[in-house]
Order: sequence, then C-alpha cells, then structure tokens
Amino acid sequence: MKSLRFFLVVFAALSLFATACGSSADEITDSATDAVDAVTTDDAEPEAEEVVEEEVPDEEQQAVDTSLDEETLEELGSDDAEDAAVDTGPVSGGTLVIGSTQIPRHFNGTVQSGYATAVPGTQLNASPLLFDENFEPQPYLAESWEVADDGLSVTLNLVEGAVFHDGEPITSADVEFSVITARDNHPFKTMFAPVTDVATPDDQTAIINLSQPHPAILLAMSPGLLPIIPKHIFDDGQDMKTHPRNIEDFVGSGPFKLVEYTEGSLIRLEKFDDFFIPERPYLDEIIIEITPDANPIVLGLENGTTHVSATLQPAANILRLQENEDVVVTAQGHEAIGPVNWVEFNLADPALSDVRVRQAIGYAIDREFLADVIDQGISFPASTGIVDASPFYNADAERYDVDIDKAKALLAEAGYADGEIELAIDFIPGGQQPYAEYIVQALEEIGIDAELNVSADFPSWAARVSGGEHQLTVNQVWNWGDPVIGVHRTYLSDNRVGVIWTNNTGYENAEVDALLDKAGQEFDVAARKALYADFQDIVADEVPIYFLTQPPYWQGYQPEVQNPPLGIWGHMAPMHEVWLAQ
Amino acid sequence: MARIAQSLGLILAVIVLNFSLIQLTPGDPAVVIAGESGAGDPALLAEIRADYGLDEPFVNQLGSYVGRVVQGDLGESFFFNRSVVSLILDRLWPTILLVGAALLMAIVFGVLVGVFTARRPENPVSHFATVMALVGFSMPVFWTGLLLIILFASVVQWLPIGGMRDVQFDGGLIASWVDVARHLVLPAFTLGFLYIAQYSRLSRASMLEVLQSDFVRTARAKGLTERVVVYKHALRNAVIPVVTVAGLQFGSLLSGALVVETVFNWPGLGRLAYDSVLRRDAPVLLGVLLISAVLVVVANLLTDIVYRLIDPRIRVGG
Repeated sequence: MKSLRFFLVVFAALSLFATACGSSADEITDSATDAVDAVTTDDAEPEAEEVVEEEVPDEEQQAVDTSLDEETLEELGSDDAEDAAVDTGPVSGGTLVIGSTQIPRHFNGTVQSGYATAVPGTQLNASPLLFDENFEPQPYLAESWEVADDGLSVTLNLVEGAVFHDGEPITSADVEFSVITARDNHPFKTMFAPVTDVATPDDQTAIINLSQPHPAILLAMSPGLLPIIPKHIFDDGQDMKTHPRNIEDFVGSGPFKLVEYTEGSLIRLEKFDDFFIPERPYLDEIIIEITPDANPIVLGLENGTTHVSATLQPAANILRLQENEDVVVTAQGHEAIGPVNWVEFNLADPALSDVRVRQAIGYAIDREFLADVIDQGISFPASTGIVDASPFYNADAERYDVDIDKAKALLAEAGYADGEIELAIDFIPGGQQPYAEYIVQALEEIGIDAELNVSADFPSWAARVSGGEHQLTVNQVWNWGDPVIGVHRTYLSDNRVGVIWTNNTGYENAEVDALLDKAGQEFDVAARKALYADFQDIVADEVPIYFLTQPPYWQGYQPEVQNPPLGIWGHMAPMHEVWLAQ
Repeated sequence: MARIAQSLGLILAVIVLNFSLIQLTPGDPAVVIAGESGAGDPALLAEIRADYGLDEPFVNQLGSYVGRVVQGDLGESFFFNRSVVSLILDRLWPTILLVGAALLMAIVFGVLVGVFTARRPENPVSHFATVMALVGFSMPVFWTGLLLIILFASVVQWLPIGGMRDVQFDGGLIASWVDVARHLVLPAFTLGFLYIAQYSRLSRASMLEVLQSDFVRTARAKGLTERVVVYKHALRNAVIPVVTVAGLQFGSLLSGALVVETVFNWPGLGRLAYDSVLRRDAPVLLGVLLISAVLVVVANLLTDIVYRLIDPRIRVGG
C-alpha cells in the first residue's frame, strides 16, 4: 500500500512536469524584438459591413503575403461579435488593453525615435498627416497641404478649432516649433535637414521652406515622426531631450490624454473629449501594459485580458497563437517601419573586397530556407534593401537564387578554387545567432571555412561593426517609411562615420551617391521609383550587402477589436477609429 | 551601536565595489541609447556621454557618486531622466510585499510541515511532504513560476497571469487590497516554495533532535500534554536554526525575487534591476544594489532581535 501511494505521488509529479514541458518549453527561449502596428485611417465612417469584408482582400493585397490562416479570417467573418457589429455599427466606449514589451523613455516623439515612444506618443499627439496602405498622405491635423511647383516649400492648412489637452488652440506656431525641434533634436537627421524655416502667415497656415526639394518630408510628418507639441509648454529654453514635461503633466494634441504612467509597467490613456475630429475617439480608455517579455502577452491574448499586441516574438509565440481560434493573427501592418535582415560585408577585407566572392556567397545562401525553416514561416524573403510594401521596391533586382555550381565557379575565378578563404561571421546577439549558424553551414557547401564570432551583447557588437573590426555580419536595419530616412544611410559614401547603422561596409559608388541624391529630391513618385530601381539593381550587382529576410510585425488581437491598427505604421499611429464590439 | 557602525562600513564597501564592477562591464550606455533610437552619429554619442558625465575619469565619477549618495542623492536614470530615488521608492514596496509574503509563508508552512513530519514520520502525508520538499528543492524558481502560471492562470484561470493590479480594476480600497492579494498568491508561493522545502527539512531535523533532549523528557514527566510539550517547549528551541537560516538567506531571497518578478511581471526592484542591466543604466542599477544591501543588513539586525524574543538567554555581542 505504502509503495503504491508513493508511486502515485511520483507519477503525479512527473506528469505535471511532462504537461508543462509540452506547452511551455518553446516559450522560454525569448528574444523580444520590437514590434509596431498600425491604424486604419479611413476617413469614411467605418461601416461595420466594410470592416468584415475588408479583412480578407486586404490580406491578399499584401505584397508581403503570408501564411496567414484564412481559416481564422473566415471564422472571424462568421463570428457572433461581428454579426452583432453589423447590426449596431461603431459603438463608443470601452477600454482597449495593448500588450507591449517596449518601455518608453518619455512621450515626446520630436526628440525620440522608436516604437516604445511612438505607440503612446501617437495616441497623445496628433501629426500633420496620416498615411494609407499605399503610403499616400491623408488629412489629419492638416486638412489640406500643397507642395510648391519648385518643390522648395510645403504649405499646411490646419483644421480649425483644434486644441491641446490643456484647452489652448493648436496653431501654426506650434507646428513651426515642432518641426524646428525635430530638425534640431531627432535622431533621424535626414527627415528635416533641408528645412530652413517655417513661415506662419496666420494661425491656420504653416509654410515649411526647404533648401532643396525634399519629398521625404511628407512621410516625415507621420504620427510617429512629427508629433505636434505645445509651444507654450515646451518653449522655455530647457533642453528638449531632458525636458521634464516630456513625461510629467504631458500636454498633447492627440485623441487620448495621459492619466498614468508607471515607469516600465503601465500607461493609462483616457479619451480626450475636445479632440478635433468629431465623435472620435470611440474608445474611452487605452491601457498599455508593459511586460519584460512576450509570454504574459500571449497568455493575455489567450485569456482575453489583452486585446491587441504587436510584440509577440519569438516565432513560437506566433505559431502558438495561430492555432488559437479565438485570436486573430496577422502579418499585416507596420510595413513602413520595414525591418530587413541582411548580411553585410566589410569591403576592406582582402577576400571580401572581390565582388565575385560576395556574389558566390549570395548564391550559396538560401533565403527561403531562412524564412521557412529557421524562422518557421514567420518572416519572408527579402531581395533588396527596400521592403516589398514600399512604393519604391524593385521586384526585378537580381536575387541570387541558390546555385552552388555557379558559386564555386565564381570563387575559382576569383582565385579561391580550393576554398582558402577563412571568414568569421558576426551577428547581433540575441535573436540572430540561428541565421549566423546557418550561414556558416551554407558557406561550407562552397568550400569556405567560416566560424561564428560571438559578441557578448548589443553594445559590444555595435562597437566591433562600427569600428570595422569585422569581416561580415548579420544585421537588421529598418526602412522607417521614406528611403531617405532609413535606406540612404547605409550606402552614401560620405556617411562612413563610425557609428552603427550608418555606412558600415565602406561601400563607395559615385553613381549610387548620385542616384540617391537625385531620388531624395524627386517629388514625382514614378520618376523617383525609376531612380530607386536603378539604385537597387546596382546594389544587387555589387553585393555590398546580401539581403536575407523581412520579419513583419506580427500582431494578435481579439475578434471584438474593430478597425484594428493594421496600417503602415501599425500601433505607431492614432487609434481614434478603433472600437470594441460588445 | 557597534553593529550599526559595522553595517555602515559594509554598505560603503558595497557601493565602491558595485561601482567599480559596473565600470568594468564592456558596453557604452551612449551606444545603447543611440542604438535604441535606430540611428546614431558621432556628435550625438559625444553629447550623450557629456550629458551623463560618462567622459570623466573613473576616480572622479566614483568620488562624486559617493559624495552624492551620502547626501541621499542616487543620481538620475540615463533612461528615464528621472531621479533614481523616486524610481526606487516606487518599486520598493512591491518587492518588500513579495519577499515578506514569501518569507512568512515559507517559515509558517515550513515549520508546520517540519513539525508534522518529525512527529509522524510514517504517516503518508509525511511521505508526500518529503517528496514535495524534494521537488521544491530541485526545481528552478522560474520553472515553478511558469508551471504555476500555466496551471492556475491559463488552464483553470483562477488567478491572474501576472502584474500587481488588474489594469481594468475599478473599486474601493478593500477590494483593491483583495485584488493585490490575488495577484500576490502565485509569485509569493513560487518564491516561497523553495524555502518551504528547506525550512521543513531543517525544522524536521532540529525538532527530532530537540524531542530527544532532557528537558522534553522532563516536561513529559511533569505530565504536560503532548501538544504543550511539542508546541511550547520543543518548537521554541527547534525554530532557532530556522530563524538563523532565514536571516542569512534574505539576500538569496531578494535575488530570487528578481527572477520571480520577471516571470510574473511584478513591478518591483528586481525587474527594475534586470531592465537596467540590459540598458546599461548604471545609476539605477547602483541604486537598486545599494537598497538591496541595506535591506539585507536590516534583515540581519532584525534576525538578532527575533532571537532575543524567542530565547531571552541569547545576548547579541554581549
């Protein structure tokens, strides 16, 4: 009897272990990458029928298409909550709980880039423009805008009657103050560098004068990049980056106002009743719940206590949520942020300075394998440095589909027939090691002897790569909307300034410099697209960088979330159109 | 008094040691801040370094830091641009609540289980307790935490997944205490589990020993009931080793809290320390380490006091 009881106890304990292993072993490995998502910004009244039907076609339109389960979407269409929504139309009220792993330093996006600040920042602050899924500008705080024929000025006509959270009117002087603050303080210096001054002929008109035509200024007026902040609060001579009002008693211009911020754990936002768009926002309250990793967010989505999140990495979380019929999972949204994983070569290295060696490496690497197997289908192959969703993506750039014979022939031609090359591969510590390990194996196939070079953490890796001490490294760089902001920096020959995420390859091509310079000043989208197409072709030929994958910002949300934030800026855009079905 | 002077010296040594260790860590906070911005240029990095005094020589930085700490100023966080003292005060009470609850639970359950198993070693419940003690002893804290989350927050959904308050909570003072208590159960149990195991083994051993001693025999001979003998005479003596170990282990309990706070998203000092390491936010990290050192020292002083309450014969430093 006694031994039987003992056996039962041990058995129960073991089965507890086994059950737990099955469902949680995969979620322990974690490497939270950032995520971002977007808002539907249709100015049309969001008819509920449209919402339901739009889901599927929108997904299919996505250039970055996806293994997104159609089942889930069909389910969604027939969901009870949706049917109820069709009857009632948008309803006001309710609290939206957003799960995020990203901790903001403060809420002033004119001096701070990044997802962490932008998600609450875009709820708290309005920007001149919004953007639709084709990267086309839409009215927001500016009800109309006009680019001068010579491209040397942009005139914004602000909506009448807009006020800050303290009741003061939002005027052109605030726009001027915000643009100049961003120009002088924001880490993305290229956004507003050509701005000479902002004229304010009257309270409703702001004329941004430029030293050269600068089409990127339109996307630079996106919610996350140019929040309009109150001049009467901030213009007191203090350093804007450390201004106390960036976080305390925050006065914004957006659809929600700040009620509570507990550093690193909770942000509570409340509907602003005098928001300049009538009847918006629908929600009474938004709560951003910050957790150290994605595990609690995934559980929250499964339990229904979290409504939406775009910080779900690693892959295991996304795959697990895809199996859950009660949560909608989509790769749509955040296309403008556009992260790209790539391998970049240090062109000062003797072997890698030979273009044939770089091309051979390109032919040896199978990016489909990276996307489908290493990333388990949650990322998509990338063939250029501009993401597929961008209007400037060139689908015809050389892709270097796997061809081992060709790779070996190129190496032989370069004088390395017997594989006398030894390479050390760097990578960003945390999430990129599997990529680097795969590349070591892929290079063995063509006779290159490669090994990993492991950095202790991000700062150590950044110091190595920006100091040019590496041979080749896996890297991840973001597009940030307009190529002028996120793409040019990697290739311009005068941007070799010894800092991470500038030109760290030592690439120098006068033609590329000229093309980028010209494209950066071309307002005509078709002409600009042609310039960027040439640029992408040249980079593909010369392979200073070999592109691997684009990891989308997967997001999961509850079916009752209507008009979920799926726009090109994802959660980095105001959620004034989001509502909750009862 | 001598104990207090000793403690102050110890805390000063902790400050200097921690400061030096953090300085020796590779990785520049300026690069982390710039890296977070997704862009950087040399001017920006130099500006960040100058802003936070990172360009000064090591000795100057240490000197000015110690000088400010003495005045009660722990500096400003690189990341939040907020005073470290106020950041830490926000996070101190949750950690004390968590660690206190875990410690209390560990001592109470540990001693009860220990006494029970010492008196009835052949009872099936004792066998079960022994097995559970073994399991508790060998399971890493984060693992216990994940298992409990899966069982109680995901499978049966009786308790919240994590955090300290329900974010959508709306109610009176009493209800909000209940809310916090609900959130406290899993993390406190996770943290306490390991120690329940330890204390039960410890109190069992010492109980067995005490029950053999002469004064227990005398007490029984006087005709006292078994209950009085065990709980009044024997337990008082048997619990002293448990108090000693609990006092000594307060430091490891705090470091266990770091893991538990991370797993359960509990907004305490541990999570603040963890986030600060990743961000190379040295002032915050130093502040948390300093406060932890102070807490450990205070816990040891308290242990001495508790000794005297349990056994008036003990004179500290006497």
